[in-house]
Amino acid sequence: MTETFYDVLRRQGITRRSFLKFCSLTATSLGLGSAAAPRIAHALETKPRTPVLWLHGLECTCCSESFIRSAHPLTKDVVLSMLSLDYDDTLMAAAGHQAEAILEEVKKKYKGQYIVAVEGNPPLNEDGMFCIQGGRPFVEKLKETCADAKAIISWGSCASYGCVQAAKPNPTRATPVHKVITGKPIINVPGCPPIAEVMTGVVTYMLTFDRIPELDRQGRPKMFYGQRIHDKCYRRGHFDAGQFAEAWDDEGARKGYCLYKMGCKGPTTYNACSSMRWNGGVSWPVQSGHGCIGCSEDGFWDKGSFYDRVTQIKQFGVESNADQIGGTVAAVTGAAIAAHAAVTALARARNKNATNGE
Amino acid sequence: MLSQQDMLEAERHGKQVRSIYVYEAPVRLWHWVNALAMVVLAVTGYLIGLPPASVPGEAAEHFLLGYIRFAHFTAGYVFAIGLLARVYWALVGNHHARQIFMLPITNKAWWSEVLFELRWYLFLEKHPKKYVGHNPMAQLMMFFFFTVLAFGMVITGFALYSEGAGLGTWSDRLFGWVLPALGGSMQTHSWHRLGMWIMMSFVLVHVYAAIREDIMSRQSLISTMVSGWRMFKD
Ligand code: HEM
Ligand code: HEM
Ligand code: SF4
Ligand code: SF4
Repeated sequence: MTETFYDVLRRQGITRRSFLKFCSLTATSLGLGSAAAPRIAHALETKPRTPVLWLHGLECTCCSESFIRSAHPLTKDVVLSMLSLDYDDTLMAAAGHQAEAILEEVKKKYKGQYIVAVEGNPPLNEDGMFCIQGGRPFVEKLKETCADAKAIISWGSCASYGCVQAAKPNPTRATPVHKVITGKPIINVPGCPPIAEVMTGVVTYMLTFDRIPELDRQGRPKMFYGQRIHDKCYRRGHFDAGQFAEAWDDEGARKGYCLYKMGCKGPTTYNACSSMRWNGGVSWPVQSGHGCIGCSEDGFWDKGSFYDRVTQIKQFGVESNADQIGGTVAAVTGAAIAAHAAVTALARARNKNATNGE
Repeated sequence: MLSQQDMLEAERHGKQVRSIYVYEAPVRLWHWVNALAMVVLAVTGYLIGLPPASVPGEAAEHFLLGYIRFAHFTAGYVFAIGLLARVYWALVGNHHARQIFMLPITNKAWWSEVLFELRWYLFLEKHPKKYVGHNPMAQLMMFFFFTVLAFGMVITGFALYSEGAGLGTWSDRLFGWVLPALGGSMQTHSWHRLGMWIMMSFVLVHVYAAIREDIMSRQSLISTMVSGWRMFKD
């Protein structure tokens, strides 16, 4: 039997006291309250570690880069202790046939019990030839590996929505995981990349409670994606007051006013940046003076400029925003009315003259 | 056949009596409340997307965008509840109350009336006709550019509202699905904003036509929306 998380920690010389401290910290970061701490402790003491297979499709590895920087809980703990990360092409030492053999082994040994974490997505054009691993298309590897999995985690905007490789015109037909794999619970953890603590938080939740976190309509964990950036932004006071930066170097920008007019996508983006922040809570985009670009939203590359509030609508083929289209419609209508009124007045005057002449 | 009946009725009444009761009180009250709500919605909505210049001083001393949004949401509720009340009145009111919700599209005579009105507005007909209720052209316009659009604005409006109200609130449960269906929050904003421009274009045409017909046609228009009585001038 696989060791439990607790066994591993104790073997590493970590005291029971620190272990319990870790449990309450984790409970807090997951927003579960102190009552959950003993449950987490119990789960970690008794449950065998869950095997995780981490696959990489079309991606840039920013999700991995983010993950390994998690501060709470420490990635080292997660990777080495809480879960048994059995396969990850970028992190593991094994290579070649030896590495690929692990996939088969875990699939057989832990049928229906392992978790597949997917970073990136499969391109479907040309039979998947745009992403080849171990001599065959990634999409095949993905389907096979997911076939016996308990659940699948889609890391980042790539796996969840397609991200930049799926931006128009999407030449390789990069496709989000949930459109390729069906009939399995899939957790979308969007972001480019997702916040490290969000990633480890999702994993911790799944391991301790043995179930997937509560998801919203788009398959995202509610606890991290239930609110918009704008809902918890510390500049929100300036938004409500009506104080905005209008240029990157104006007085408003220096005073830390709201970045709405500079195109901040916080009001239309669901993520935890404004509450959890980045790099262990050091800062986050708005705090460093740049608006949110909406990196955790579906198709954010195709939603117009990062720097406009009223931004382009691509559906019309041409690049124009609601004000340009609607304003034109209203102006043309107004002009037509003026012309119509003029003709009406003329016709009326002529009619009157005609009647008078009779 | 309603409109044809209406027309004959109008011609007949026009000769016999000078006026006929058309718009019942709830329809008239709704019309003006709705018009007011829409003006507030359009102005505040425009400012939500493109807010005015920054106010000076401390943030704690102001709540400008907060008030603008508050006015928008309040008017939004008035607009939505009014629309529901208007639907109810379409069910229980007189047959003119149903005109903006149902087009008699299978009625050939109605279509020829639409064509007639089109020719009238294109100066191809010399003499306007009389109608008890809406003229068929107005009915067509109102159906698409008011009724359909109004429901669209309420649906997208409350979808956006649910973002602030939060997961699990009634607006989220009823309208939250709209956001992903339209391609996300940003897209929903853009369509909602475009809807504002189209509605305002309708209002321009509508108000112009109302004033023009009031002057040009042989019946009362604006006073009908105030008193409910259609007066015939000849
Ligand atoms: C005639 C009807 C309406 C018009 C003309 C209208 C117009 C607008 C406009 C132009 C915007 C700005 C969009 C943007 O640039 O982001 C907006 C935003 C909004 N509207 Fe409406 N609206 C209408 C009805 C409603 C209704 C019925 C509701 C429901 C309460 C509603 C709720 C909202 C919300 C929540 C926002 C977003 C506010 C924010 O982002 O802070 N609207 N509306
Ligand atoms: C935001 C502004 C307005 C909107 C959205 C609006 C909308 C409507 C709608 C939906 C109807 C159909 C009523 C029904 O059958 O229930 C209507 C009728 C009418 N409206 Fe307006 N209205 C607006 C402003 C005005 C104004 C400013 C006037 C006056 C100049 C006006 C004059 C009329 C008249 C005379 C009718 C009756 C037309 C007929 O008998 O065929 N409206 N309006
Ligand atoms: S900076 Fe962005 S997220 Fe923050 S209040 Fe302004 S618009 Fe909202
Ligand atoms: S602030 Fe916006 S763009 Fe930046 S990381 Fe968070 S969700 Fe992505």
